[in-house]
Amino acid sequence: MGQVMSQGVLQAKLWYAQRISAMVLGLCVSIHLVIIFYAIRGGLSAEEILGRTQGNIAFALFYEIFVLACFVHAPIGLANILQENFSKGFISQGLSWLLAALILILGSTAVIGVYSGGNI
Amino acid sequence: MRSRPKLDLRAKKHSSYFAYASHRLSGLLLACFIPLHFFVLSQSLRGASGFERYLELTDFWVFTVGEWGLVILLAIHLAGGTRLLMIEFGPWRGLRKAWTQATVLFGMACGILFLYLAN
Repeated sequence: MGQVMSQGVLQAKLWYAQRISAMVLGLCVSIHLVIIFYAIRGGLSAEEILGRTQGNIAFALFYEIFVLACFVHAPIGLANILQENFSKGFISQGLSWLLAALILILGSTAVIGVYSGGNI
Repeated sequence: MRSRPKLDLRAKKHSSYFAYASHRLSGLLLACFIPLHFFVLSQSLRGASGFERYLELTDFWVFTVGEWGLVILLAIHLAGGTRLLMIEFGPWRGLRKAWTQATVLFGMACGILFLYLAN
């Protein structure tokens, strides 16, 4: 009974975490789409990207918040899909944690990369 | 074990099923793409020239078409997700079919704008 209850509490917490992160992402993705449309004019180059982002703390903060919201949002969604369609077991949990780790580590590295331009 | 009820054809023809399915599919594909996207961006740690080598890979037509598709998926997931939040947190006004239509239109508009700007 206790375990059933705690599973329910966990599900409710995950549901809320995904919705709150979705609200943050709604703002972030809207801004990101505008940046994409601005940036793709005339093609992308490394110098152009770094020219915008290097040393720009506002860009770095915005994208780190974006990464953190993704880190919360995407693995919960993946776990839901895997659990509802395949299995509730180890695989869906493992894959979701793997996705979470990849997003947090690669995402934060990317933010440090475009902020520093490799000059660390 | 499946925890989802089996849906018949009538349920699947409903526009809300389309909204549900497109939101799931776009989310799943975006989740697969995001680590790759972050990996390419993290190569900026190698400096401008090292970063450029990785960015050049995206000049292949497959990647260009892929980028186009991802912008559309992002737009669909954004508008579809806003619909979900309106249903769950907004005043109850049914299944918000107008948002389902807006999702399709917003996805198409972003796709066309991308093609126009990227040339």
